[in-house]
Amino acid sequence: MSLILGIDTATDVRAGVARDGRPVASAAVENRRAHAEQLLPLVQQVVAEAGVRLSELTGVVVGVGPGPFTGLRVGVAAAEVLAEALGVPVRGVCSLDVIAREWADEGSAPVEFVVVADARRKEVYWARYSGDGQRVDGPFVTAADAVPVLPLAGPGATLTGRSCDGPDALDAAVMAAASERLTEEGLEPLYLRRPDAEVPTTRKSTITTARIGMMGPR
Amino acid sequence: MTGPLILGIESSCDETGIGIVRGHELLANEVASSVDQHVRFGGVVPEVASRAHLQALIPTLRRATAAADIDLSEVDGIAVTAGPGLAGALVVGLAAAKALAVALNKPLYGLNHLIGHVAVDLLDHGPLPQPCAALLVSGGHTSLLRVGDITADITEIGATIDDAAGEAYDKVARVLDLSYPGGPVIDKLAAEGNPKAIRFPRGLTAQKDQAKHRFNYSFSGLKTATARWVETERLAGREIPLADVAASFQEAVADVLTAKAVDACEYLGVDTLLLGGGVAANSRLRGLLEERTAAAGITLRRPRPALCTDNGAMIAVLGAEVVSAGRRPSSLEIGADSGMPISTVLA
Ligand SMILES: [Zn+2]
Repeated sequence: MSLILGIDTATDVRAGVARDGRPVASAAVENRRAHAEQLLPLVQQVVAEAGVRLSELTGVVVGVGPGPFTGLRVGVAAAEVLAEALGVPVRGVCSLDVIAREWADEGSAPVEFVVVADARRKEVYWARYSGDGQRVDGPFVTAADAVPVLPLAGPGATLTGRSCDGPDALDAAVMAAASERLTEEGLEPLYLRRPDAEVPTTRKSTITTARIGMMGPR
Repeated sequence: MTGPLILGIESSCDETGIGIVRGHELLANEVASSVDQHVRFGGVVPEVASRAHLQALIPTLRRATAAADIDLSEVDGIAVTAGPGLAGALVVGLAAAKALAVALNKPLYGLNHLIGHVAVDLLDHGPLPQPCAALLVSGGHTSLLRVGDITADITEIGATIDDAAGEAYDKVARVLDLSYPGGPVIDKLAAEGNPKAIRFPRGLTAQKDQAKHRFNYSFSGLKTATARWVETERLAGREIPLADVAASFQEAVADVLTAKAVDACEYLGVDTLLLGGGVAANSRLRGLLEERTAAAGITLRRPRPALCTDNGAMIAVLGAEVVSAGRRPSSLEIGADSGMPISTVLA
């Protein structure tokens, strides 16, 4: 028997449970700014809805993005630690792949399509898929108008100014159900962007202007 | 006598710390620092720190449980820094702590980082007299506290109104083309210099500041004065006496930190002062504080250096105090509070 918990925080907050490859319970908090607050209560809720206990889980699968970094890390940290404490394996998968898998499994996906997510700063994350849900290109982060003109799915699809033709959100129970069929990406979030930080190059004339505003409590 | 077995997680800045205590007994204190990754930026870059926290999480957790020789299922509670700190860094530890609490079905305690710097001394020197005073000095904080019941009664009587002391060290180090972090390198250089060579300003020590800022600090003026002095010398084509600048700058920092701390003890009528935070390792600060507290009949307490910098044990031991005091656990819905006030011990 397999009992898998799925977690994704690439966009909002999602958790789901699948038993033996079939979705059992799925829930979401459609808030893009409260991952740290909402994720664990949601995990408890979805596990209760599935009528199981956390200690019965046989594995954890987590979406490693791409997505806004802070939220992404909440999901990956929680998934890794849950798995560690429960003594079960954890897999990281591309969040865009999950949506593509969902559309392909529905049997209605076009021969080629693109899954899009919001990257903020007027950019989007996207990857291109074949009709069977296999990723053929990406993921990338680009301006919305650089997304190929193909049928679209995903939470960022409409940011291109076009319509969303497939699933517009990830279902974490589907992710849990398809865990073994999704490509393992490792547990490092798919950042796709380097950290914003400038290396100071020249000495400033007075250091009052050199304040970089990076210091936090230590 | 034993106390609760608490695992504490700290991720407010650039150290990923996981500590395990049983009451006041330290069982493990594992820290992974990303300081090397910030060197070329001359300051902590939040995104770099947050990425490093996530990478360090599981290895640090494993090292801590191995060092303490416990199984995670044995712990009585999970303590975690809820703030203050870098929001993006805090949430990594917070997510980990919540996941542990949920997986192990144990209570969660979201705690104040600054008060952890005070509580950590319990591991070395046992209970604190109530009330006492605490001076916390680090890259991110410079605070004077009145500490009553450590789980419920902490008030800030003074703090920096601009830069933290450690931050001023970093900036002066940059002006002198020294490496980051500035504290240790300036401390070392200062040992060779004359602290009286240059008279740098002592912020907020003038008579006119007594009414409003008797216990507050300001290091911005000192930092600027040091930079200007160096710049003037450079423009004049003179060689910079690095050791003298370092010693004179450090003397100004230590002088004002210690004078106000001793004044605070007298004002509060307390006979014990606790020195905490990363800059507590600074030799001149320590030396001058020893001198001045001794002269004033004040007992000085300072945790061992490894416990002064950010770590998980300080959060774990504060958690143990909170549990022993019977405080209610935090909700699983708490968020990171980057500006968590000192009056809040437990979120
Ligand atoms: Zn600190």
